Amino acid sequence: MQFIKPGTNIDFMGMRKVGFIFSLILILAGIVSLIIHNGPNYGIDFAGGTLVQVKFPQKVDVSDIRNGLDDIGLNDVSVQGFGDPAANEYLIRTSSDADTLGNQLADTVAKGLKDATSLAPDIRRVEMVGPQVGEDLKKKALLAIFYSLLFITIYISGRFEQKWTIAGITAGALMAAVYFLSVVNLSMPFLIAAALIVSLVLFWYLQLQYAIGAIVALIHDVTITVGIFSLLNLDFSLQIIAALLTIIGYSLNDTIIVFDRIRENIKGNSNNSMVSDLFNRSINETLSRTILTSLTTLVVLLALFLLGGEIIHNFAFAMIIGVVVGTYSSVFIASPIVFMAHRKN
Amino acid sequence: MNFFTTKRVLILGVIVAAIVCLLPTFTNTWPHKKINLGLDLQGGMHLVLEVQNEEAVNAEIDRTISQLKLDLKNEKIQHMGIAKAADHKIIARISGADNRSSVENLLSDEYASLEIPSVKNIDGGISFTLRLPDKESNSIKKMATEQALETIRNRIDEFGVSEPDIRIQSDNRILLQLPGISDPERAKGLIGKTAQLTFQLVDEQGDVNTAIHGKPPVGDEILYQVKKNADTGNQTKTPFLIKKHVELDGSHLTNARVEFDQFQQPQVGIEFSRKGAKIFERITGANINKRLAIVLDKNVYSAPNIQDRISGGKAVITGHFTLEEATDLAIALRAGSLPAPVKIIEERTVGPTLGADSVRTGLLSMLVGGVLVVIFMVIYYKGAGLIADLALIVNIILIGGGLAVLGATLTLPGIAGIILTIGMAVDANVIIFERIREELRTGRSPKAAVDAGYDRATLTIMDANVTTFIAAIVLFQFGTGPIKGFAVTLMLGIVASLFTALILSKSIYDMILANKQSETLSI
Repeated sequence: MQFIKPGTNIDFMGMRKVGFIFSLILILAGIVSLIIHNGPNYGIDFAGGTLVQVKFPQKVDVSDIRNGLDDIGLNDVSVQGFGDPAANEYLIRTSSDADTLGNQLADTVAKGLKDATSLAPDIRRVEMVGPQVGEDLKKKALLAIFYSLLFITIYISGRFEQKWTIAGITAGALMAAVYFLSVVNLSMPFLIAAALIVSLVLFWYLQLQYAIGAIVALIHDVTITVGIFSLLNLDFSLQIIAALLTIIGYSLNDTIIVFDRIRENIKGNSNNSMVSDLFNRSINETLSRTILTSLTTLVVLLALFLLGGEIIHNFAFAMIIGVVVGTYSSVFIASPIVFMAHRKN
Repeated sequence: MNFFTTKRVLILGVIVAAIVCLLPTFTNTWPHKKINLGLDLQGGMHLVLEVQNEEAVNAEIDRTISQLKLDLKNEKIQHMGIAKAADHKIIARISGADNRSSVENLLSDEYASLEIPSVKNIDGGISFTLRLPDKESNSIKKMATEQALETIRNRIDEFGVSEPDIRIQSDNRILLQLPGISDPERAKGLIGKTAQLTFQLVDEQGDVNTAIHGKPPVGDEILYQVKKNADTGNQTKTPFLIKKHVELDGSHLTNARVEFDQFQQPQVGIEFSRKGAKIFERITGANINKRLAIVLDKNVYSAPNIQDRISGGKAVITGHFTLEEATDLAIALRAGSLPAPVKIIEERTVGPTLGADSVRTGLLSMLVGGVLVVIFMVIYYKGAGLIADLALIVNIILIGGGLAVLGATLTLPGIAGIILTIGMAVDANVIIFERIREELRTGRSPKAAVDAGYDRATLTIMDANVTTFIAAIVLFQFGTGPIKGFAVTLMLGIVASLFTALILSKSIYDMILANKQSETLSI
């Protein structure tokens, strides 16, 4: 059984403009949404606040829950169903931290809800994140993504272009710059974005072709995933950061398979006029593996998405988007960019 | 051919070792290291406390001021007031310019650790500005955090939580993880209680009502006794005019425990050390027929009239306690007071029912995902698919064994990491199999195709997995509890999949192909 027949020859290089346009549309839509919403829909991990997950033995009106919370002084509250409606679970969220209720938040909420609904709620989960912790986590999250991208860049430049030193020094300088500027309390998101742009310019100047291709693809994947979360107004939590970092690793895994084949085919062919065909052939030769790996990963992610429970739900969704977009970017973004960079030499 | 080559023995050894490491999780056998469940799977409470270290520094400055006043009095030097100022400073205004050298001698003799930023002449005397050096205040802060850690640890030990994890997270933050706790809010109350116990005399001369509407007399403060009516739940607050001077504090306690009075009301009996007993005897002897307030965290619990000199070093704190309240107070007093208040800045509590649900859904996802991948591989690659599936199963065993031997914690995202690994682990095999197919299409024999396929694919697989590993390392470094668990399973998954793909499945192929001159390969 084979999805891709031997000898398949799709002209990916010729189609790269279509791919670029498609990607740009997705990226721009995401960025516009992020700007309109003033960033992703931060969960309490980053925004701070309090979250309580409760389960009732039978169906309850959201308005009753709200009334119960009102009675104990918790206004400014959002209440939403959580997971399967038949499970009678609700997520209560407030932007204030637990100080307003002292140390007895869960007991107070339980009592208030019991008074309002005449049913004894099961307090399944309580999360309270102070504002300072939220800020710390946000900063760490962005730095984690940035460092991950830089370390991967060093590795790719070393392995594929034998430029360990240049890549290492460049990445080190960028890390130092980001560190010192972050101490000066610049806005972290803009700082990271600026650092990434500077990275790309430097890589271009230093002719780290494979690094450019890989980094652009990864930025593309992360941006689209975050953008989709913003468009759908999904909760953005620590787990989503974990998903983004995993997507970075996964997408790169895919990209490297293609790069490795390109490198191998270049060695066997020194005729530069055949570069376009050479890139196309490399992609086609690895297409079967690319599709297969994505399929097996998507299978388990769908199982996780559909069966894994509500808490892990958004994580699985982020991973699914990431795997799909990552697979696409390995073929339509990373290699064409290396091809374009290669052609300029 | 000999079945037991060195390579095969090695492979079997690794698998057996992993199984042995995995067994303690399910049975009570050697080596007794099992996979720990994270708080999000077994239920429990995760807290991050911030120690208000600045309060400890302020307390030290207050003590310095009190001592300085006493020393000046002993030297018979008058002063116009000694007050605390911003940035850890003390302003001491001395009467009379002729005392300058005496004060300077006193400061250099007894207060050498203080900086003296300035000395100025003022009307009627001299103003000294003293300052606690940064080195001193940083040291006090550090000690406050460490002492708070020890105090909280003692309280938790008394509370009866199994396997608590309590540690300093950063310079003034303490991380607590309390698995399986059934009453998280009571634990929070116990942890956060400063439990600063003081004995202070009631000012019998001053009028408390006048003080409430105006300013308390010098040396006095207004504290309240809060009583809660058990039936109505209403609280009443009774003001007391209390002398600020602390006659005796909780540092002299040796024991505190729950007792019951003649009406079976819970109360807390306390015992003093030998030195504390002497102080207590002196205080009570000097103040017969006056009221001595028992103050806890700035709340008056009782203010009994002193009828006699009290020797024996025992006292009782009454206060309409519930049994739980009395128990918690006794625990807090036995463990000692916190050197500074602590504030809860992060809390994550998972109930046991949710933890159990998470385990169930996680395992279900793993099972379904795994089965689907297994079926898919067999359909697509036939015999080779079976080999990949066997490698996948070994992969999962290796991950489990790795988690157990490392003593790592399995979290809900960690389960997700294992599930993800199931999908990604076959990737290496897919790369190899596609290579073998290519080699077969060029006309090579099955054995040659397998050898060439593995040779060419190995470097690619290494390159591809190193980058995923890099992302996992960053994730491990950045992550908090559950996310860190995800990173661990991802890293273990990568290592295990490399082993099973490059060594195990190759070994199986060698075994199959060595036994016959097969003309075809099931792939």
